Amino acid sequence: MIKFEEVNKVFGLEGKKVQALKDVSLTISKGEIFGVVGFSGAGKSTLLRLVNLLERPTSGKVVVNDQEISSLSQVELRKLRRKIGMIFQSFNLFNSRTVYGNIAYPLKLAKLPKDQIDHRVKELLQFVGLQDKSEQYPEQLSGGQKQRVGIARALATSPDILICDEATSALDPETTGEILQLLRKVNEEYNITILLITHEMHVIRSICHRVAVMENGTVIEEGSVYDIFSNPQSKTTKNFISSVLNDKLSSKLLEKLRNNHFGNLYRVIFTGGASSQPILSRVTRKHGIDFNIIYGSINELQDQLFGNLIVEFQGPEPLIQQVINELKQIVEVREVISHES
Amino acid sequence: MRVDWTTFWPRIIEATGETILMVIFTLIFSSIIGIAMGVLFFVTRKGNILENKYIFLVLNLLVNIVRPIPFIILLVALSPITRAIMGTTIGTAAAIFPMTIAACFAVARIVESNLVSIDPGIIEAAQAMGASPVRIIFGVLIPEALGPLILGLTFVTVGLVDFSAMAGTVGGGGLGDLAMTYGYQRFDTSVMIVTVVILILLVQIAQFSGNFLSRFFLRR
Repeated sequence: MIKFEEVNKVFGLEGKKVQALKDVSLTISKGEIFGVVGFSGAGKSTLLRLVNLLERPTSGKVVVNDQEISSLSQVELRKLRRKIGMIFQSFNLFNSRTVYGNIAYPLKLAKLPKDQIDHRVKELLQFVGLQDKSEQYPEQLSGGQKQRVGIARALATSPDILICDEATSALDPETTGEILQLLRKVNEEYNITILLITHEMHVIRSICHRVAVMENGTVIEEGSVYDIFSNPQSKTTKNFISSVLNDKLSSKLLEKLRNNHFGNLYRVIFTGGASSQPILSRVTRKHGIDFNIIYGSINELQDQLFGNLIVEFQGPEPLIQQVINELKQIVEVREVISHES
Repeated sequence: MRVDWTTFWPRIIEATGETILMVIFTLIFSSIIGIAMGVLFFVTRKGNILENKYIFLVLNLLVNIVRPIPFIILLVALSPITRAIMGTTIGTAAAIFPMTIAACFAVARIVESNLVSIDPGIIEAAQAMGASPVRIIFGVLIPEALGPLILGLTFVTVGLVDFSAMAGTVGGGGLGDLAMTYGYQRFDTSVMIVTVVILILLVQIAQFSGNFLSRFFLRR
């Protein structure tokens, strides 16, 4: 479990003070995958480094596994760090050590006997699927393989928590998918709590359970991935979501549609169980109205379906209003006025 | 008067031995002191693992005072201290002291610049694993910088051959001494040519071994 309570962080850069974090409070429960998303400079990287005190908070509390960590001595802190694995965007492997040597390093720090180190390293190589690369050096590996070594190294000392600093941002889309699956496997097989930061919303969508959106050092929105995706509040969050859901029309396309469809356009949003019933056809049939789906998508989010459609209704205006009022009781309906809505 | 080569060859071999001795011992001593200083330089920098303004300032001042002094002047200026420590200022052993002083500051700077070029992310990763500063220095910093460090020490070794020749002129012995007394003061060009050829060979061997070792540690 990780808990941030009213955390502030101010950097003093040559007299100029920069507030990287403002009153951040977050709780990450044991065993969940928690994502923090934000543009660069939002403060997410600083937030992540508070967990193992690579950065110290200016004020506020950071609690890791029921322990307030800023009061720990150097020795206690090193012990705590062995229980928190960390992986990085640029992998940060030791170039002077082989794959084996990289994974063995944290075990050597923990002063494990040689045969136990050997056993553990082989187990981890198996887990990340790099048994045949044991004696290679990092520069001989591809990006995805390097990150696998990074993950194995971070898991060596059997941590409770894994923190990921933009772990897939330097990888191509296919490799990103593989690494995300591996992280999910880490979470499911070892029940390791994962805190990750990213600027890519699809990372959040693929593996996170809960998400916080950060902007200018504050958390502007927080909730389950399904809630945030299906009902975003702030503009930043909406922008992040349209980057993966394609739920917004471009103004050009909207203009084109308007030329062919003279009726009013409505955005109909299905969440939860609503997408499994024939709501649109049932309600429109009842009032003798036609409908025409002209744009939209149905996505899977955390094993639930989430639909976002733009629909034109054809029929007498009063009846259309009745249909919309009735639909509004079951799903969310908004009139599409501009390409932003 | 020309030298008699039948009796002069042993003299050349002895001088070559003295030069090699001076260079190797200076290299060993200055590497130990210089690497320690360079590491201290690096880790006490602002924002680094053992940040310490005062140690950094003192070291920096010391290096900036000693480095600009030409070696031949340092050699003479240090002679009272050399006498106090080595008991004499004449001979091969006595030359090693001022050579070490001059070389260790050069090594310190080389070590520092090699360490600066290590990706800070690698040091951060080691910290995140719970490595203490001492473990980071010996387990991460030095191994990561070893390849370029060996190239740097090779560069210093070549410079040491140069230093040894200068030390020779003030009674340090070695090939420099020989070249000066026979080649220069007695106008014997053949002695000059032989010593120059031997010096070139020594430098070639040093450079070749340095390149080989650094490639081995860079693993490329």
